[in-house]
Amino acid sequence: MKIALFIPCYIDQFYPQVGIATLELLEKLGCTVHFPEGQTCCGQPMANTGCERDAIPTYEHYVKTFSGYDYVVTPSGSCAYHVRKHYDIIEQTGAVQHLRKRTLDLSEFLLDVLKVEHLDACFPAKVGLHQSCHGLRGLRLGPGSERNLNAPSALHTLLSMVEGVEIAELERADECCGFGGTFAINEPDISAKMGKDRIADHARAGVEVITAGDMSCLMHLEGLLRRQGSPIQVKHIAEILNTKA
Amino acid sequence: MKEHATKAAAFIQDEARTNWHDESLWFVRSKRDKAAHGIPEWEQLRELASQIKDHTLSHLDEYLEAFEAKAKENGVTVHWAADAAEHNRIVHSILQEHNARRIVKSKSMLTEECGLNEYLEEQDMEVIDTDLGERIIQLKEEPPSHIVMPAIHLKKEEVGELFHQKLQTKKGATDPQYLTEAARQHLRQSFLQADAAITGVNFAIAETGGVVVCTNEGNADMGTHLAPLQIHCMGIEKILPKAEHLGVFTRLLARSATGQPSTIFTSHHHKAKEGGAMHIVIVDNGRTTQLGRPDFRNSLKCIRCGACMNTCPIYRRSGGHSYDSTVPGPIGSILTPGIDLKKYSGLPFASTLCGSCSDVCPVKIDIHEQLYKWRQIIAEEGHLPTAKKQSMVMAGKVLSRPGWYKMAGKSARWVTRWLPRPLIYNPLNTWGKARELPEAPKESFQEWYRKNRSAS
Ligand code: SF4
Repeated sequence: MKIALFIPCYIDQFYPQVGIATLELLEKLGCTVHFPEGQTCCGQPMANTGCERDAIPTYEHYVKTFSGYDYVVTPSGSCAYHVRKHYDIIEQTGAVQHLRKRTLDLSEFLLDVLKVEHLDACFPAKVGLHQSCHGLRGLRLGPGSERNLNAPSALHTLLSMVEGVEIAELERADECCGFGGTFAINEPDISAKMGKDRIADHARAGVEVITAGDMSCLMHLEGLLRRQGSPIQVKHIAEILNTKA
Repeated sequence: MKEHATKAAAFIQDEARTNWHDESLWFVRSKRDKAAHGIPEWEQLRELASQIKDHTLSHLDEYLEAFEAKAKENGVTVHWAADAAEHNRIVHSILQEHNARRIVKSKSMLTEECGLNEYLEEQDMEVIDTDLGERIIQLKEEPPSHIVMPAIHLKKEEVGELFHQKLQTKKGATDPQYLTEAARQHLRQSFLQADAAITGVNFAIAETGGVVVCTNEGNADMGTHLAPLQIHCMGIEKILPKAEHLGVFTRLLARSATGQPSTIFTSHHHKAKEGGAMHIVIVDNGRTTQLGRPDFRNSLKCIRCGACMNTCPIYRRSGGHSYDSTVPGPIGSILTPGIDLKKYSGLPFASTLCGSCSDVCPVKIDIHEQLYKWRQIIAEEGHLPTAKKQSMVMAGKVLSRPGWYKMAGKSARWVTRWLPRPLIYNPLNTWGKARELPEAPKESFQEWYRKNRSAS
């Protein structure tokens, strides 16, 4: 099985530890992981702003970079969703079709492909699980509170495998954090208010660490937490899953 | 373009009030969840409703004609209006024919969309909105802020003050029961004196030629039973093929709207009462244009339950008036660009694309995907601010060239690490208004990888 690792641009630049945790975790689970040189971004920033035409060269660059692998794994539900959902505007070559099926969020790869049932990880803390919207409602990594379906979310399943983790009960299980890419810049007031409200929910539940499948949400929440001087930390789920038992 | 952001920022200034607004609507969303989750086949019902609507929209011409024929058979007069102006003229002429001057009107988003009240008032007619929420905002001379709960933005203290001024209730009264009773007494007079009753339409059944009106207050029934003339105004998309389809929608509508198992009144009007007259006005007003847009046509499936507003984290924190359109919130943001792209070019951006609206929608409209598609059209047609468009062109160039990307990343990290705070946290940095920037690490993941894994 040939596996490529895709580390989205903002993780590469600002959160290298998330890339490292993802890589180490996959290696621990016995995977040989390639990291194709020259990778950049999935093109989402342009496309969500309405400029998907300007994103086409980035889409093509992604396809060129990641062709020839069985799976592309990325620690971002949002980027995986973007490739799978929105790469429909470029020519649907075999490579494109393949990547639109096989670009997977880390949690999907762990549960659906590797069929992981237990992990040797330990993280003794009260953890608040933030369900990033694109993973939850785009990739369907969980049922979502709107729909009448009974199933645990992928992130919930994985976190439960970590010794010492206590998952906090939130009042609003899966409300958006307000990041939304360029939304955070276009509507900074609402965006910040949404984030503050999410943080307050986690704080009321006694959360020590907020985790999520998407670092972009956490970057936004972390920015607010640090401005508030709050002791609550943020960690990508890969960092928790990669802790040593 | 920036209109929503500006209005939202103004709304949010009063944080306590924003919290109150958010929580009131979240409460409704939670009631909806309880009701929806109490029905095991909820998701099948949504799918069925969606399919019925899709089918109907693809045969709309046939069903509309069948509906008209049946209604005529029942002795109802049917009118067709191409746009808002024609709708208003038709309603006015019907009223004139019957020498009607005093009108009671139950809730109808369509007449709101057409500006019927203002039009009739200019013709020296008196229109009284009889839905409690609608009456409140009519007295306050404000537009509705929500399609199901038009006065949801007002606190009971404000309603008390308004009623004190307009209906002479006790000063300082806030008891909802007392205030409602006062409104009831006041409306009773209007019902008794009305020459005509106008209602909106929730569903129109092609098979029977009848229209169905759902209310909680029974005000539509009071109006139509008492006044000699009844006029029902409907958009062309309200059609359902058969009476047997109605149950699917009534089960979904009230649960989605307020968490009730059904609206208190579900009234079926098939023909005029003894000695009375019944008219139906069928309105297009841009709907066929929307029907002709494959990416957006299914927005016409909307049954106006308001659930997408109640769930929308932005609507809850910015209020309905921030959208500046008759239908606010997520569904409004995909309908209005089709009416005036330039004016409403900001609305599809008033969203994080979180997708909650699409999942809550009882007829499965892919609202957030349509928001994304409108964004593409808005950019294509040149309605993005120049600076934003240019930065996207630039980003597109950098992100498709690994060499440029490496350079840009390095300098971004350099900037956040070495520049003094005042240079970074200036008014141009909207990110930094309430948030810190991430702390820049010494090396990127790619740099780390080259050092630690490049041999493998
Ligand atoms: S779009 Fe869906 S959720 Fe929103 S008002 Fe219409 S039917 Fe209800």
